[in-house]
Amino acid sequence: MSKAFFIDTSRCTACRGCQVACKEWQGFPANFTKQLGWGSHQNPPDLNCYNYKVVRFSEHKINNRVLWNFFPDQCRHCLEPPCKAAADHYVKNAVVIDEPTGAVVFTERTKKIPNEGFLSMKEYCPYNIPRRNPETGVINKCDLCFERIEAGHIPMCVKTCPTGAMNFGERGAMLSLARSRLATVKAEFPDASLLDEDSVRIIYLITLKREEYHDLASLKNPVLTRSIG
Amino acid sequence: MTNSWIDIKNTDCCLIIGSNAAEHHPICFKWVMKAKEERGATIIHVDPKFSRTSARSDFHVPLRSGTDIAFMGGMIHYILSNNKYFHEYVNDYTNASFIVNSRYSFNNGLFSGYNPRTKLYNKADWQFETDANGRVKRDPTFRHPNCVINVLKRHYSRYTLQKVSDITGVTRENLLKVYEAFSATGRRDKAGTILYALGWTQHTVGVQNIRTSGIVQLLLGNAGVAGGGVNALRGEPNVQGTTDHAILYNVLPGYLPVPRANMQTLEEYNKLSTPVSNEPESVNWWQNRPKYTVSLLKAYFGNNARSDNDFGYAWLPKADPVKSESEGDYSYMYLYEKIMRGEIKGGSIWATNPANTLPNTNKNREALSKLEFLYISEIHHNETTDFWHGPGMDPKKVKTEVFLFPSCHRAEKEGSISSSGRHILWHFKAVNPKGDSKPMGQIMIDIMKEVIRLYKKEGGAFPEPIVNLNWYRSYDAELIAKRCNGWFTSGAKKGKQLNGFTEFAADGSTASLNWLYAGTFTDEENRMKRMSLEQTPLQKAVGIYPKYAWVWPMNRWILYNRASVDKNGQPWDPSRTIIRWTGSEWEGDVPDGPAPPLGMQGGKNPFIMLKDGLGQLFGSGLVDGPLPEHYEPVETPVRNHGFSGQLTNPCAKILTGDTDKIAQPNDPRYPIVLTTYSLTEHWCGGSETRNVPSLLEAEPQLYVEMSHELAREKGIANGDAVIVESIRGRVEAVAMVTVRITPFKIQGKTVHLVGMPFAFGWTKPGIGDSTNRLTLWAGDPNTSIPEYKACCVNIRKADSVTELSDTPVQEGPGH
Repeated sequence: MSKAFFIDTSRCTACRGCQVACKEWQGFPANFTKQLGWGSHQNPPDLNCYNYKVVRFSEHKINNRVLWNFFPDQCRHCLEPPCKAAADHYVKNAVVIDEPTGAVVFTERTKKIPNEGFLSMKEYCPYNIPRRNPETGVINKCDLCFERIEAGHIPMCVKTCPTGAMNFGERGAMLSLARSRLATVKAEFPDASLLDEDSVRIIYLITLKREEYHDLASLKNPVLTRSIG
Repeated sequence: MTNSWIDIKNTDCCLIIGSNAAEHHPICFKWVMKAKEERGATIIHVDPKFSRTSARSDFHVPLRSGTDIAFMGGMIHYILSNNKYFHEYVNDYTNASFIVNSRYSFNNGLFSGYNPRTKLYNKADWQFETDANGRVKRDPTFRHPNCVINVLKRHYSRYTLQKVSDITGVTRENLLKVYEAFSATGRRDKAGTILYALGWTQHTVGVQNIRTSGIVQLLLGNAGVAGGGVNALRGEPNVQGTTDHAILYNVLPGYLPVPRANMQTLEEYNKLSTPVSNEPESVNWWQNRPKYTVSLLKAYFGNNARSDNDFGYAWLPKADPVKSESEGDYSYMYLYEKIMRGEIKGGSIWATNPANTLPNTNKNREALSKLEFLYISEIHHNETTDFWHGPGMDPKKVKTEVFLFPSCHRAEKEGSISSSGRHILWHFKAVNPKGDSKPMGQIMIDIMKEVIRLYKKEGGAFPEPIVNLNWYRSYDAELIAKRCNGWFTSGAKKGKQLNGFTEFAADGSTASLNWLYAGTFTDEENRMKRMSLEQTPLQKAVGIYPKYAWVWPMNRWILYNRASVDKNGQPWDPSRTIIRWTGSEWEGDVPDGPAPPLGMQGGKNPFIMLKDGLGQLFGSGLVDGPLPEHYEPVETPVRNHGFSGQLTNPCAKILTGDTDKIAQPNDPRYPIVLTTYSLTEHWCGGSETRNVPSLLEAEPQLYVEMSHELAREKGIANGDAVIVESIRGRVEAVAMVTVRITPFKIQGKTVHLVGMPFAFGWTKPGIGDSTNRLTLWAGDPNTSIPEYKACCVNIRKADSVTELSDTPVQEGPGH
């Protein structure tokens, strides 16, 4: 078995059901957030050890047309995870691959990884995903809900999505769904593309140019300016 | 909704106006997206702000808040002047050919019959001409100058693209884009739906906003068809259920009018509340009203309701007759006035947070402090339960004694919930209530039991309505549901549940708390619990599941579905069949009555709840005019609007006391339009969701969305603390500077609009306090719903703030 998500942002309404359901399922506390000095719907502003998933908002006015893009950001569960390579250098098997699902899982052993190792993991991750819990020292991120999957359930964020933006299944099936949706969506959005679909398990479809989402929307062609609404 | 959520998938064009559907009804967008993906439907969002709904629509059209009638009036004009209407439908199923009374007139913004003293109309001139048999005179050739379609054409001829564009701020190109796309559905093989919500109702022209969609949908043949309809989006607050069960002062359950003082006997009530039609093709369903009224009285008073005592009708309270804008109105608007004047000594508040969510909150908070006692049932402490120690209150000086009954959460109790599509579903209990909390129904039953006991023991001024109640021994949600459905009280079937409202009688042999719910709970089963997905191929094609829960009325999924077929009972569009006449009976959805199609012997008109049975392009049902007319919001940035000399709705309910100041039109001190709204992450006034940490994390503080242009003018940067002020109050908020709000060009001048949510309140410290300290007590003349969506404010950068904090604030005791 080898699992994957297909995240169809053309269907995402940024209801943030996925973001909230994820942290509720994990039993995580809320971060203190605010609008003062921030002024954006994107809250919390970034991924953190209590948010494996954050919906990113970016807005633009191009040719007098307003665009508001939503990107439910999370770990991509790379097929060849560089974070694991980095972690193994410090603590062998602190990061493991869950064989039945292919999930890249950070274990409790990540506590033992020194700060230098954590920074190295962050640097190797093309998407800036790993976060460290300052209290426990554990390094964490999305675990694909592999335990739910093995108990016969679908991942929490997928279960919550009302519009069909979040899809889950066998990697082959998700890839063909992604390609067929891309073909359809391209008729309306010529710039639409899939993000790094050959190297990740979390396959995004975006309808506009990568840089119109956020700086780490994809491995390729990163743009370092951020526009948040 | 005339249709249902799932039916949105059947549409070719979805016009979302006065609603932010994706944010406030997130799950409905599943069906909107299906229509787009599977039918190639065009999704249009008309709204002051570019929202998450706009992001998923084909195009967004910004419109100045409060100008929807101008916008929709322009569409009516476009449809009529370009001959885009669905002729066969309009001829057969609307009152287009009816001849309006020759005394009817419309001059300079006023319809005939206006009385400026009472701010009411005498509707005599709005009636139709009748013949010797009392039948309405018609001109099927549409030549008579006063036949409805010509009156309509004349009325809307003023709504030219230029005038509409000038006042709404919508460009001519955008107007045409919407008008063309939507009126393309005026054909038998196309359907268009209109989705609206509080963005339409919360105006002093709220009901007339909705009337415009009724007119458009009738002209285009979109009423009663799959993928069409006039769809009010209601949600989790169970607005559908609460209106069905009459949590409103002016109706009894099942939309029976509340008795007034001029209806002292049941006979008088029946006479004044039961319509009579002389049209042989009209079903005139409300002629059955006396059956529903008597059955309601039997359910209220049990064996104490007898034919020799008018079934206890005398025990129902009688409201004052409506004699002016304010007389006979018992809505919140006048309730708080009465509290301020000391006419109301105490009260109870259930599951609502008026100290945060009603307009001009400063006044309402003060009013609460004038009560002697107040008992409240709530889950969480909020601005109402804790008003006595809120901002500006000195607890030592507040004399109000407050009793707080802890209510359990909805996951901790069972009962029914009615969805927007009129589906009544059973809501199962997930966990037991925490601590001493109880379902509100149980709290209410227990209080009333004690009140009845005391009245029986001690008597009182008028004990009959209380001691004669057919009250409950204990709280049981299913028992109450059974009583809503109704039962036979005598005869061979005594004690058996009713199967539907056709079994109701006016002689006291049936009882029911709500005739519309007859059929929900039969002797066989609680149908609200049904979950079968069984359907016929015909039902499958349009998404009807007749064995899933139950839909009022009579399990009918689409209201007025007899309008989806031609006079011979064949669907306008066979690929979208809801019902079809087989030659001897109907198949598909439950039809609006078993009578054959209109063109056959014994055939009936489709709009069975209307007196004459035909769609009312022109009608006398509303208090403020037979046709919608553009009027400005009570607080407006303009001095004239160009359609008439009548600036605001002449019937609008407006409070103007010392505590209810209103800015003059185009007041230079308050040049910016404020519109208020909800957001996905918080529920209504927010007292529940602010206590859900992951939701407060996602939307943590009160903000005000504004354009980059306005921010530049005012020297405000994104994330700055700002002060928003109206003539009534002042609110601190965080500036959210965004391209999603654009300045409007109104009559050649720039008008700015800002938008704020109303979900934040002081009981969560540091997050901001009630936005409604800015809004005003001006209400729709039909519903008294306040004009939350448009008032005038100014905005400036704050030097310092007290309501907002950028560090966590410790909550006080009791939270």
